Amino acid sequence: MLTSILKRLVGAIPNIIGVIVVTFLLTRALPGDPAAFFAGPAGTAEAVEQIREKLGLNRSLLVQFGLYLRDLAQGDWGVSLSTGQPVLNELVTRLPASLELTLIGLLLAVVIAIPLGVLAATRPDSWIDHLCRGITTAGVSLPTFFTGMLLAYVFYFLLGWAPPPLGRLDPYLSAPPSVTHFYLIDSLLIGDLEVFWAALRQLALPSITLALFVLAPLARMTRASMLGVLSADFIRTARASGLSSGTVIFGYAFRNALLPVMTTLGMVFSFLLGSNVLVEKVFAWPGIGSFAIEALVSSDYAPVQGFVLVMALLYVLLNLTIDIAYGLIDPRVRLEG
Amino acid sequence: MIIPFIKRAVLWLLSSTLLTGIAMAPAGAQDKRKETLIVANETSPNMLDIHGVGANRPAYAVAWMSYDRLLTFGKKKLANGVASYDFTKLEPELAESWEVAKDGSSVTFKLRKGATFHDGTPVTAKDVKWSFERALAMGGFPTFQMKAGSIEKAEQFEVLDDQTFRLKFLRRDKMTLPDLAVPVASIYNSELAKRHATPEDPWAAVWLKNNTAGGGAYKVESYKPGQEITYARFDAWKSGPLPKLSRVIQREVPSAGNRRALLSRGDIDMTYDMPPKDFAEMSQEKGNVKVASVPAENSLFYLGMNVSKPPFDNAKVRQAVAYVLPYESIMQTAMYGRGVPMYGAVKPVTGADWPTATPYATNLAKAKQLMKEAGVENGFETTLSFDLGQGTVSEPTAILIQEALAQINIKTSINKVPGSNWRSALLKKDMPMIINRFGGWLNYPEYFFFWTYHGQNAVFNTMSYKSSGLDKMVDSARFETDKTAYQQQVKTFINIAYSDAPRVPLLQPMADVAMQKHVQGYTYWFHMQPDYRQLFKN
Repeated sequence: MLTSILKRLVGAIPNIIGVIVVTFLLTRALPGDPAAFFAGPAGTAEAVEQIREKLGLNRSLLVQFGLYLRDLAQGDWGVSLSTGQPVLNELVTRLPASLELTLIGLLLAVVIAIPLGVLAATRPDSWIDHLCRGITTAGVSLPTFFTGMLLAYVFYFLLGWAPPPLGRLDPYLSAPPSVTHFYLIDSLLIGDLEVFWAALRQLALPSITLALFVLAPLARMTRASMLGVLSADFIRTARASGLSSGTVIFGYAFRNALLPVMTTLGMVFSFLLGSNVLVEKVFAWPGIGSFAIEALVSSDYAPVQGFVLVMALLYVLLNLTIDIAYGLIDPRVRLEG
Repeated sequence: MIIPFIKRAVLWLLSSTLLTGIAMAPAGAQDKRKETLIVANETSPNMLDIHGVGANRPAYAVAWMSYDRLLTFGKKKLANGVASYDFTKLEPELAESWEVAKDGSSVTFKLRKGATFHDGTPVTAKDVKWSFERALAMGGFPTFQMKAGSIEKAEQFEVLDDQTFRLKFLRRDKMTLPDLAVPVASIYNSELAKRHATPEDPWAAVWLKNNTAGGGAYKVESYKPGQEITYARFDAWKSGPLPKLSRVIQREVPSAGNRRALLSRGDIDMTYDMPPKDFAEMSQEKGNVKVASVPAENSLFYLGMNVSKPPFDNAKVRQAVAYVLPYESIMQTAMYGRGVPMYGAVKPVTGADWPTATPYATNLAKAKQLMKEAGVENGFETTLSFDLGQGTVSEPTAILIQEALAQINIKTSINKVPGSNWRSALLKKDMPMIINRFGGWLNYPEYFFFWTYHGQNAVFNTMSYKSSGLDKMVDSARFETDKTAYQQQVKTFINIAYSDAPRVPLLQPMADVAMQKHVQGYTYWFHMQPDYRQLFKN
């Protein structure tokens, strides 16, 4: 098991190198001149030249790439010009904010989507099947920023049930000491229930927004996969052998139907992490998506490269986790495969 | 066994959170909230050092709060009741007094006795010298801003003793003293900064990005770039009356709609940078929100035409454009009335007021006549560009202009330039027609014209305009001491610029700020950043 995990990790190295090269070239190919951008409102041509010199942008592409690799090897991911901070710091503080939001959103979605999908598959064309279809169609056809704004308007502005969309925590409270950077966990670690409750309240609307959006692929995939498995021979055999319908559905059918659901889950998760920028914007969430977009807008190379690199690493880890989960669900799946 | 345990745990969790929630609002919290101001803005400072490469506008406010200048400006009440700084009056801040030498070759400052930096170190003349040298050495914006006040060389700075600092003049320049009251001329704690300097980074630029070394009214309590900055009052501040707010929390909330909702529900106290439509609506609403509006000084929203290439190298074509622009509908539809009209002047330019309206007003017949005189009555095709970052206002303006130009057979395609490309696009100076805005910190027309019309061809002379007559007037007005002669020169260069019409002013934009009714003491400043030192909650 361990050796095969190691093998997989080693196998990912060429991918990572490819990602490094491609992002480096792509960011350089972006239109816009960072030197002109950072010269500020009174930037004369002379000032722009000074800044270009300072940023090393006047050197050849190859030299710039060499310097970038050297810094990367030393754990220096560069400095974000627009926030003035080391990129690694930024990613370390922002990634958990996105992860916490995405995980809670995904958890919500799974808790609703999988039972919904299973029920819809076992009772095709019943009211629950139609409900499943209705919810998923609505969820996937509403863009997340719209759902987010609608939820904020109704539950914050009109009803006042939700807390103000001001980020991860009420401004009067201070963040718990950073251990995991997940506010929910960190606040429980020091036993500060007030902060825990406040952080959970802040999470409610954005995570519901995300959950609504990913309900559709998960519920539809569960339903389709369950339908496929339920019509398989071994289920007929199980039924014919007189097993109770609960044992058939949950003991045999569900477990076999889980594999494609896991795949979808993995895809949805990585997709969400990178693309929940709109939700982050609506709820002033200090996550990794809004950070990357702002960096892109100001042609700020280092954070864009850092962001893509982190995403690539996450994908590698995620794929590995999912493959391991496959093995647990279905012993026939081998990691090497 | 396990189920009841979980049930009990959940119940305990719920009840304890509820109880702590209720117990959370004791009387003390009320006072704390009264002395705390919560601000939400679109962007937050990207660093704490105004001298740093790429410091953004919100970073000016950090310099303003956490650092002192030698001088500051006085205050005045505007006609609409809003308080404003007064650029004609210089007042002491860190300098208790100052004296210009009889021969006019230097100025000597006496520093405030007992003034200290946040860490308790006394402020000395050595710190002043170090700070000014730093502004000159860092390059880019701070260096150019110092230069605008004829502060160019380190030899100009002299430490007489711990309390006395002398600035030698390179030339007699009326902008030298006001230039010491702008955020760039902040005084840094040189000993503290030097401790964090390295041979590669002698001015501690890296450390000062995330740390302050000042002595201003507020200390930066915490700083999370892109998220939040919080200030705590510096109780030993000597350079002015102690601020009433003990804490200020400034959060980044990108969505304007959310900021408006937050404000009207009372969850934030103040916000800047809203679209004009929201400001217009909020100022009409009868709620808990008020809007303070001041025409942004020395600032114009304009249409620029590139005179280096045909057809706009012909002044008649430019005048024709100036006569066909739909000024009134731009004002109403794009700006929702948030601006001062800068068109259709009936009185001639006097030279005493700036900004001042142009003689142009929408007049189709005249425009057609001018096109005919220029020999282009059949029109031509051109492009109108604007900064997408300013799209809320510029896009409707561009469409209105496009429609109007079609009346004189000018076919215009609209080119939206993303914010990141706008600066480099301006530097290239190859866009035939642009919509843009420019404002100058130092409120002098010759300062504005030096950046925007002068033949030195700065970035903001977006039209590549050159006129030796105008250059001569701008240069001499800067150093003119006789008031009548000065006004004559100002009048002349404004008239040359307006009749040549390389750029057509559309309006003077408003500097709007929305806040809760109970927030008092708002003051308008030329840098258009919040000044928390005078604010309080009622």
